[in-house]
Amino acid sequence: MPRSVSLSDASPREIAAAISRSRRDFLRQATGAALLAPSALRAMASSSSKKAVVVTFGGGARDDETFHPDGQDNIPHMLAELAPRSTFFTQVINRGILGHYVATASLATGVYETFNNFAAVSPGNPTVFEYFRKDLKRPASDAWVIAPSNGFNGIGESVNKDYGKGLGAGVILPKRLLAAALANGAGADFNHLLQDNYESQAFSPVIGGNDVELKQLADIFKVSVADFITHAKSLASPDELSVYIAKQLMKRLAPSLLWITLHDIDVAHSGAFSLYLDGIKRSDRLCSELWKTIQSEPEYANKTTMFILPDFGRDSDISSGGNGFQHHRTGDPTSRTTWMMVLGPGIRENHVVERPVDSTDLVPTLGSLLGFTPSLCHGQPLLEVL
Amino acid sequence: MRPSELAAESFKSYPPKGQALAVANLPLLRDLPLGFVPFLLKDVQIFDWKFPVEQAEMTNQLAYLSKLWDTQRKREMEPFAALKLTDKLESADWVNEPAQFLEKLSAHLWATQQMDVFRDASESYVRKFNIATPPAPLIAPRLGIAVFGEGVSATQYNLFRKIKRSGVYFSNVNPENGREAIGEALKARAARHKIPYAHWCVDGADMTMALPGFVCVSYNGLTGVRSKLAALMLKAYEAPKFDPEQLRSKLAAITPEAVGLQDSGDGALDRYQLSLLTEGSGTQIYSTTFVQWAAREALRRAQPITLFTRYAPRQKERTMNELLSGVEKKTASDPEGSLIDGDMGAYYTWINMQRLPGAETARFLVWFEGHAEAVVIAPGLKAGSEDHSSINMAGLLAKLA
Repeated sequence: MPRSVSLSDASPREIAAAISRSRRDFLRQATGAALLAPSALRAMASSSSKKAVVVTFGGGARDDETFHPDGQDNIPHMLAELAPRSTFFTQVINRGILGHYVATASLATGVYETFNNFAAVSPGNPTVFEYFRKDLKRPASDAWVIAPSNGFNGIGESVNKDYGKGLGAGVILPKRLLAAALANGAGADFNHLLQDNYESQAFSPVIGGNDVELKQLADIFKVSVADFITHAKSLASPDELSVYIAKQLMKRLAPSLLWITLHDIDVAHSGAFSLYLDGIKRSDRLCSELWKTIQSEPEYANKTTMFILPDFGRDSDISSGGNGFQHHRTGDPTSRTTWMMVLGPGIRENHVVERPVDSTDLVPTLGSLLGFTPSLCHGQPLLEVL
Repeated sequence: MRPSELAAESFKSYPPKGQALAVANLPLLRDLPLGFVPFLLKDVQIFDWKFPVEQAEMTNQLAYLSKLWDTQRKREMEPFAALKLTDKLESADWVNEPAQFLEKLSAHLWATQQMDVFRDASESYVRKFNIATPPAPLIAPRLGIAVFGEGVSATQYNLFRKIKRSGVYFSNVNPENGREAIGEALKARAARHKIPYAHWCVDGADMTMALPGFVCVSYNGLTGVRSKLAALMLKAYEAPKFDPEQLRSKLAAITPEAVGLQDSGDGALDRYQLSLLTEGSGTQIYSTTFVQWAAREALRRAQPITLFTRYAPRQKERTMNELLSGVEKKTASDPEGSLIDGDMGAYYTWINMQRLPGAETARFLVWFEGHAEAVVIAPGLKAGSEDHSSINMAGLLAKLA
């Protein structure tokens, strides 16, 4: 067995001290927040007019580059604009497989899914979208997912026999939409842009869009292919395209449950630290944009709860089995632990929840918020935001 | 196949030294659980192309396990033996394809939530092995020097933020002849300690100075190999049915000759260079990633006492609008981004040096090349302090003595 499999005893004390600073302390200093007393919990009042927007970072982000003092420069919007308005969970633990598709699917089902991260399959357990639509008898237009890549095309609905087909969310894969549009005459050197997956160099399927995608442009967004391409040309990254599409969806269909997975951050797998930071800065700005959109759209203002969370972290600098920020392969505490902020009407502002919560708690929390029962999920509702 | 069924013939496909090592340790290998023995075989299989330090460590590891009493070994192996595997894994060809087996094992451990148990067991095992097998004293304190910043005239980035917590930050360095001074110091060191694979240089572009006695690896020196590998991967992606498993196997089976790595007469070095590109992620695309990963792997595998790394500007990541507009086809470089990559890469090199024997006496110099900022880490220097007095490179190097 190679020595590199595990942690070494020889880690420098300075490094250990730098990362052992408690999450509670740095987050409280970062946000100026107070701890939420359990007794202050507010009763949930379900309302059919409530909406939820979930934003996940499908490229895990570490505390070191976000809410840790070293990382705060990268998240000015979340730090100054969003965190003070939020209830902030400092320890969201992901106990499942740390691959982006399977982890996002687990977030969406409330069960740690165990399928191959690189297989384009649907989750085995019902998704939040199916619970939402079936229990509340909502139409297909009321739940949407905007996801980064081909691998995510099965995330809208599960293969569960009591839910599944016809009960899930509409899934839009912006890069595939773009591929379809480009295939119709706007040739360019876009292969690199359409790279589907950063996690494994041995897994990069070609993205192929088709007429179904193009029909979405016309039917949903009322946008021509030419206009879509023109707009795409004004954007710097696929995540910007995702947020553009999210805004269009909010304007046209105003879904009550909207799930957006950002993915630019995952460029970290290429090992270029500056590009990883660029991805975080962009995600920070896009989260702020989305929040502003929520406040300015009449269908969303004052009735929408926004959840922002990375799907998990990335490996610690001192975990010798990994290579720091580049990957999330070790399963060490840094790679399993992340944060979540929740904002919206009735959510306590400027509060920190320091107890560990689980990634699978998101679905039951959404269930309690919107009024459906995710009977097969394993998590627990987060009472601090209900 | 169970480990207990291993026989001398099981290793007939292994290269000579690896085969001999496996056969000599057959009783031990038969006694180890399936959740452990393929990790050993992965290294035994490529034993012939390992660096001397790695070979010694492998031999020591087998000796350590052999010397344990049966009951001790059983106790040590208990967590690995307790891993719940599948029939499919048990019937895989883990003797001839241990690397492929380990990938599947890893996926299985994640899926069945056994990864944390496995990681704890591995850490415990390595800790005990390290205690039982103390390393030989180093012939000289380990020295690392990292330079970056080519092409950057000024930056707003908070350089050295992490690394300076471990050493002294110098803000008033006279950069004149800095590179030359470093080169002279490195050459003198290699001349003093003439040991194979003890001195390494990794460059993010072309070698900028001749360093006799050094093993030198450069990003541009592998341009042809990178092109051949890229073509091979592209062909796999464009196949009617893309098979990631098959691509992995293909990459693992590539020989240096197959991708035009000129036979240096040093099989270990050729294989090392190839592995940087087939096993590293991003090393094929970004020279900064290449330097960081090459340094990591050199330290982990060859454990050099001297390591010099130089980060050069990597290619720029093109934005979506650039790609869609089709303008700026020519690949531009990104000096500012490379500076940030180099800063983090240097920090990681220091961390990786700290994992090796002699960590407490290690020295490190990191310099924003051509500029006035540097950090020096050495015993006796106060960690987290700053020195704003004027100093030249010779002065900084003297602090490493």
